[in-house]
This record gives sequence, C-alpha cells and structure tokens, in this order.
Amino acid sequence: MLKVTDLAEIILHSGVPGVALSILRERGLRRTARRPRPGIEQAVQRTGACGYARKMDDIIEISGVSKTYSSGFIALKGIDLAVRRGEIFALLGPNGAGKTTLISIVCGIVRASSGRVMVDGHDIGRDWRRARSLIGLVPQELTTDAFESVWNTVSFTRGLFGLRANPTHLESVLRALSLWDKRNSRIMTLSGGMKRRLLIAKALAHEPRVLFLDEPTAGVDVELRHDMWQLISRLRGEGVTVILTTHYIEEAEEMADRVGVINKGELVLVRDKADLMREFGSKRLSLRLRRPLAQVPPALEGWRLELSGDGGELTYIYDARDVRDGVGGFLDRVRDAGIEFTDLGTTESSLEDIFVSLVRPSK
Amino acid sequence: MNLEAVRAIYKFEMARARRTVTQTIISPVISTSLYFVVFGAAIGSRIQSVGGVGYGSFIVPGLVMLSLLGQSIANASFGIYFPRFTGTIYEVLSAPVSSVEIVLGYAGAAATKSVILGVIILITARLFVPLKLLHPLWMVAFLVLTAATFSLVGFIIGIWADGFEKLQIVPLLIVTPLTFLGGSFYSINMLPPPWRTVALFDPVVYLVSGFRWSFYGIADVNVGVSLGMTAVFLAVSLAIVWWIFRTGYRLKT
Repeated sequence: MLKVTDLAEIILHSGVPGVALSILRERGLRRTARRPRPGIEQAVQRTGACGYARKMDDIIEISGVSKTYSSGFIALKGIDLAVRRGEIFALLGPNGAGKTTLISIVCGIVRASSGRVMVDGHDIGRDWRRARSLIGLVPQELTTDAFESVWNTVSFTRGLFGLRANPTHLESVLRALSLWDKRNSRIMTLSGGMKRRLLIAKALAHEPRVLFLDEPTAGVDVELRHDMWQLISRLRGEGVTVILTTHYIEEAEEMADRVGVINKGELVLVRDKADLMREFGSKRLSLRLRRPLAQVPPALEGWRLELSGDGGELTYIYDARDVRDGVGGFLDRVRDAGIEFTDLGTTESSLEDIFVSLVRPSK
Repeated sequence: MNLEAVRAIYKFEMARARRTVTQTIISPVISTSLYFVVFGAAIGSRIQSVGGVGYGSFIVPGLVMLSLLGQSIANASFGIYFPRFTGTIYEVLSAPVSSVEIVLGYAGAAATKSVILGVIILITARLFVPLKLLHPLWMVAFLVLTAATFSLVGFIIGIWADGFEKLQIVPLLIVTPLTFLGGSFYSINMLPPPWRTVALFDPVVYLVSGFRWSFYGIADVNVGVSLGMTAVFLAVSLAIVWWIFRTGYRLKT
C-alpha cells in the first residue's frame, strides 16, 4: 500500500499533479476509506438493478425467484441473477436479507414460491438429480454428526451424491484442508475451525462444479481464513464456480470477481467488483494546513470541500473518474489561493463503505 | 436410482447401531430374558398350557414382537430425527437422493437391526424354553414385514416429532399398551367376549397371532387375515411417508 509520504514524494518529484495522479494509478493505490460518496442509493436506482441476461457461460440462472414462508414473511422478491462459470461471486447482505434462503433454494433445501433456477442447464425442479449432483454446499451453521469420524463423514457425503468410494480424492481433499491427521478422530473432538474445514471437505467430497459457501470463515482465525482464501482461489483455478456469502466485506473485496448485494429480499445490484469500487467509490484528499482557516476561501467555492472544526484540515471529496475534478486542478487552485499545507493524504471508499451505503435504511 | 446413496445411509445407520450396541441389542435382550424369568418361570409354571403349547414357549413370539415393534420404531425415529435435530439433514435434502432412497436407507437399516434383534431374542429364548417352528418361511415373512412396517412408523414419528419428548410419546403411550393388550402374553380367546371384540381393534393382535401361528400352528385370528392386516399397515405407512415427501412436511419450508 502506498503511504502518504510516497504521495507527497511523487507530487514533488513530478512537479505536475496530473502526472502524479497517473503514477498513483499505475501503482494501484489502495486506500483505507472512511466515507462513501453521498447519493449512492440514487445512483444505483439510476443504473438499474442486476442486468440479468441469460448466457451460455452462466452456470447458474435464477429468474423471478420469490419466497414467502408460511408465517407470511417475504424472504425473496423476484430475484434475477446469473452466475458465470468459473467465477467467484460474493453475495453480500445484512442479516435476514435473504442470502441463505436464496442459496437453500438453489440447493433444494427450501422450495421457492415462484420462479425458476437452472444449474448448468438443468432445472432444479424437473432435473433435480443432475442439478444437485453439480453442487456442493457449506452451510452457515457448524452442523456435524459429533459421534462420527472425519473419514466416515466425508465418505458418507460422497456416497449420498451417488459416487463410489475414492480414497485418493478424499485424501487429497483432507490434506488440502489440513485434516488428514484427524481422519480417524471423532468430530466432537475437533476445534471450531477444524469443523468449519470439515464442512468444506464434505462439500468437496463429490467433486462439485459449483460450491456454495455460506459464511465460510465465520469464527475462523485470521491465519485459517487466509488458508481458506487460498483454497477457494485454487478451486477457481480448477474451474469450480464459487458463490460465497460473507459478513467479512474484506473477504469479498479480496476474492470476489463479482459482487451482488441483497437487501430485504431484493437484489440491489450486481457488478464486477472493480467496476463497483470505481463506480460507487469516492476519494478524499486531505490537506493539513500550515495556518488554520476560519472558513473556506471564496476562491475555492464550487469545490466539494470540508473544513475540520479547528480549521486545520481541508478535505476535498472528488470523483476519481472525473478528470476535471482531479486533484491536480484542485491543488493548483489551493496554491493560487495562497493556502499552504504541511502534509496531505488520500483515502478511498472500501467495499464495506459502499455496502453500508447500499443497505442503509433510507431516511 | 441412486443406490450408492441408499448404501451410504444404510451403512451410516448400521455403524450407529454398532456404536450403540448396548442400547440397540444388549438392553432388549436382557429385558426379554427377564420376561422369561418372570412370566415364563415364576408365573408360567402355575399356568396351564395354551392351545397345547407350554406357556413359556407360547409367549416367545409375543415377546419377539414386543421387542421388534419397539426397536423398529425407536431405531427409525431416532435415525431420522437426530439429523433433523443437529441440522445435518441439510446434506441429505441437498443431495441427489429421492424420497424412496432416503426411506430405503433409514427404514431399511432400522428394519435390519430389528430383524437381527428378533433373531437374537429367539436364540436367547431357545436357551430357556423349547421352540417349535412349523412354518419357517412364514415366520421370516412376518418378521420382515413387521420390522419394515414399524420402521416406517418410526420414520414417520421421527419426522413428526419436534422434540425428544414427542419422540417417546407414541412408543410409550400407544405402541407399548397395544403390544401388551395385543395378546403377547395370552391368547385373546382367554378374554371375556366383550374384551375379545375390543382386542380385535388392536392391530398388534394380528401381528402376534400370525407370528405365533408360524411357530406352533395356533392363531387367534385366521392367518390370511393376519397377513392382510400386516399388508394394510404397511400400505398405510407407505402412504403417509409418500405424503410427507410430497408436501415436504417438517423437512422443507
């Protein structure tokens, strides 16, 4: 990650703010961000929802799926979503948004009230055997048969999916998840992290083409989480499509190719992660002033600025895509206004900021 | 048909029985042995023979049925209820396994365990009293049909129950009384006429009577009726199981 001092150095050495900006872009600057640009929700509404369009390369096609539980609770409202073959798709949403219901419908655990789901061209209702045989599911809860051994439980799952025993494959899965040494242990003796890995091993026992991971790293320590990210990347490398729900936005930011945001049973948007970050993220350039200002000078009116309470920090909020509003022009105006600064730094919206803005209740 | 899945569920359930051998096999065998001591030796020695069969021998088919019914229900209900309770049922529901295959796996394993138990009890009984087996094939048929039927009943209870208490209610409050009143320890012909009529409404009468006939050739009701009633119970149980999977009752929301 680029430091503030690097930024100052680039500006000083290049002498031209516009050049400095392009250098920054080349370096792939990643910033920790604090605040998203206001008005994201309106922007989402303008750009429309999810752009569902059936393609041959879509391995999962969900069209018009709704779910109303017998209690009357509407969990899903007409979801349209296509997941591309071989991608890592992150489904984000607050608790109760409908993520698990949607996954459960695709996997055949919950019945949709209406709509259609196809898995690699197989309808989950009419051609359920072939559709389900392609799917592996890692549930959110640590649901395991406490008295069984690790080896028996993964063998059981493989058998359920109609496959003959394949000790070589099961060994490779258990080794990849660091469970080989525990193969003869009863599940009740495993730690929480091991149980989580075991659920992944069970989901991989029948060599699925689509893997659903419902909160895969909940309650998992940092090191193990990174191991799992590596495993998921490796699966993607082998052509497995991965759909994950997560509360760790960092996880989606780190791994996902595309992101879908679901809220109150509706799919708010689906975007390539990079596009999402670019489209909805905002940047902030903060200047630590040599002399505090009582108010924003008239020469800088028209720029989106915030002045800190003590007048010692001036922050410029801008859209990185808009060349006209770039930092170069702004710094020129600052210099013309005779404002001196001792330090500067930039921040950018994280996926988390964008996510929070999208699901925040409108006031 | 996904035979590998049936095999996987069956093996899984049989492995559970091996882990809980005390509860599944040893405990019923000890209980049955105690019945022989109490009813066969202590009380039976004061009772005349029934239909020309010594009382100790007479009660053997009834005792086998008593264990068969109880264990079939207990094994099958626990087998399907426990994955529901722990949540591991998700993998069965999300696997390419049909309802028929699920039932074959769970109820098939429960019935197998019951039949094994029935045979063990017969061997144990042979140590206490003389046994005569006139119709061995019919005996096997009644044993297997009853085990299968009541394993299905157990499966239904395991789906219906939403707590361990409910899991026990049906066996304790319905099946055990019906078994005791169903002629396990006596011939219903020994009852006064009104009670004999009432007993004919007890389905267990037909199971015990048919099973006893296969041993000694004596029966409270015609063996054809016994066989027919057993088939009816099986059909009713199958219909309920079919309805459960069709509607997703207590399995899918």
